[in-house]
Amino acid sequence: MAITPNPYKTTGALGWIDDRFPLTKMWKEHLSEYYAPKNFNFWYFFGSLALLVLVNQLLTGIFLTMHYKPGAETAFDSVEYIMRDVPWGNVIRYMHSTGASAFFVVVFMHMFRGLMYGSYQKPRELIWVFGALIFLVLMAEAFCGYVLPWGNMSYWGAAVIINLFGTIPFIGPDLVVWIQGDFVPSDATLNRLFSIHVIALPFVLVGLVVAHILALHEVGSNNPDGVEIKKNKDPATGIPKDGIPFHPYYTVKDLVGVAGFLIIFCAVIFFMPDGGGYFLEAPNFTPASQTNTPEHITPAWYFGTYYAMLRATPSFAGTQIWGVIVMGAAVVILFFVPWLDKSKVKSIRYKGVLSKTALGIFAVNFVVLNYYGLQPPSALVQLVSQIGTVIYFAFFLLMPWYSAAETTKPVPDRVTE
Amino acid sequence: MNLLMNQTLTRLARAAVVAAGALVANVAGANAGVELLPFTADSGNTASVQRGARNFMAYCSGCHSLKYLRYNRMAEDLNIPDDVLKKNLMFTSDKAGDPIKVAMPAASEQWFGRVPPDLSLETRARGANWVYTYLLSFYLDESRPLGVNNTVLVGASMPHVLWELQGWQKKAEHKAEGEHGGEHHGGSAFEKVTEGSLKPAEYEAFVGDLVNFLDYASEPGKQARISLGLKVMLYLFGLLVLTYLLKKEFWRDVH
Repeated sequence: MAITPNPYKTTGALGWIDDRFPLTKMWKEHLSEYYAPKNFNFWYFFGSLALLVLVNQLLTGIFLTMHYKPGAETAFDSVEYIMRDVPWGNVIRYMHSTGASAFFVVVFMHMFRGLMYGSYQKPRELIWVFGALIFLVLMAEAFCGYVLPWGNMSYWGAAVIINLFGTIPFIGPDLVVWIQGDFVPSDATLNRLFSIHVIALPFVLVGLVVAHILALHEVGSNNPDGVEIKKNKDPATGIPKDGIPFHPYYTVKDLVGVAGFLIIFCAVIFFMPDGGGYFLEAPNFTPASQTNTPEHITPAWYFGTYYAMLRATPSFAGTQIWGVIVMGAAVVILFFVPWLDKSKVKSIRYKGVLSKTALGIFAVNFVVLNYYGLQPPSALVQLVSQIGTVIYFAFFLLMPWYSAAETTKPVPDRVTE
Repeated sequence: MNLLMNQTLTRLARAAVVAAGALVANVAGANAGVELLPFTADSGNTASVQRGARNFMAYCSGCHSLKYLRYNRMAEDLNIPDDVLKKNLMFTSDKAGDPIKVAMPAASEQWFGRVPPDLSLETRARGANWVYTYLLSFYLDESRPLGVNNTVLVGASMPHVLWELQGWQKKAEHKAEGEHGGEHHGGSAFEKVTEGSLKPAEYEAFVGDLVNFLDYASEPGKQARISLGLKVMLYLFGLLVLTYLLKKEFWRDVH
């Protein structure tokens, strides 16, 4: 039985709903009475921006799906049909293709923010774990979507990535056939990747995003000082002294971030949708062909770092599986960050010189690896990628040592300006 | 041996694919080590694109289709009147709503060794400067079945369709030895054998018009997109200012 009158004393239509559904409760818990630290900086724009890009992908994806025709014989033509004959089709397609790249830019920034300010530390481990899962699903989602236009790089990219499973001992070759539904990437492969791209993974992705935000709102947001604002509450109201309601303060602030982001995002969509050949690759304007291998097969730009690690790992004992393991481990290791960081403080502001140096090197190294992962193979690319791979793992594996060994600065009681 | 990783992965994938058919390692987008001429396509230059459309219909459309472009879409975008379209540009179809197909029978594969490719997306797949350079780089080569080769696409099966306009040229002697040497191209790489009906500068302009048209054909909505983009930018800068002021107003009581 509903609680009448409801605790919010709302009346009218809202009251009718509140007697039956926690609408006002949710509004207050997640927006108007969710108290966020008042000292969020630039880096805190990327969470809401990731949500914006997700919504962009879902909405434009719905319209693309109305006109796209999955199938090896129809996919490429239907994309050109969208680009030419569907009203607004080219803009919607560019919003979606640029959105994929923007998603990774935003998520990389968001993850870097987490690393900088120790946003994964107790009690926010699960937020981080959900986030890492989102990253993993996002990569799978992006890969499936990349294949759908059935351009030649789509095709060969799919062939290379799916064949990674072929390195698994004993079952590998059969597994590849099972995944592809054929002996080569084909119509069957394209259709199942379409299904996974438009149904399975978006469903999981949205669920994980909800879990990510629920976990965040349960424990409250971290901030650039890594100070727990809930430790300093106003005794009269029980509201954190350094907290401000998310709505309207951060909704209006995030709108500024949205406008700034959209300026860059729309500049790409309208003026350089190819992204210099990184967002839409030239070989993908040629239909998929089994007999015409692109000169240089590269993954989408956002996989560069992990692809570099794959290539950097030597094969031995007659198998290439080591590269696949290293690449997988590079993602899996993210899940352990909350337990690898032994520091007494959260934020980089109060950590010691070791953590600061390590994070700086890690960030530069990530970009360098990404760049080299997209270059044609050469001795230099190989060397840089190998060194970069070692640095990538050293950042995480040495974290228990350097985060505990260094001298940290005292953390203030309240957030700083 | 680590270098092999990439190649091995590619080979792995390729081997799987090859299982179904023969592999022809035809490298798309390659330019045979020749430096491409600088050329930036401008599909916004309507007069040039119109000339390019005329050139394309007269010289190219016999063999190359633009299967993703409809006649009436082209006419609308390029301000071509209906009667001009029907009289001067439509040779392969009598319906203005049809895409631009070829008149040539499918048996053409036996004539040239391959079916002439559709060019709807050629400038996006290879780059406008590639197409531009390609059309300037045919030279006499007796070792080829049609007596003509191309420095940008070595062993090209396409004859030099525009020879009447450009005339014939051969590779310059002093350059001949370094076929893949990444040599500079243009005036120094070729020597004229016979003059064409157009002067070199006129021929370059002719090819430029053609490539501008192909750039248009590769994305007919491009100019509309760019002009819409300018309005969107204007709006967003306004939005940025407004949201910033809104934020400042709301945050006045946060200390």
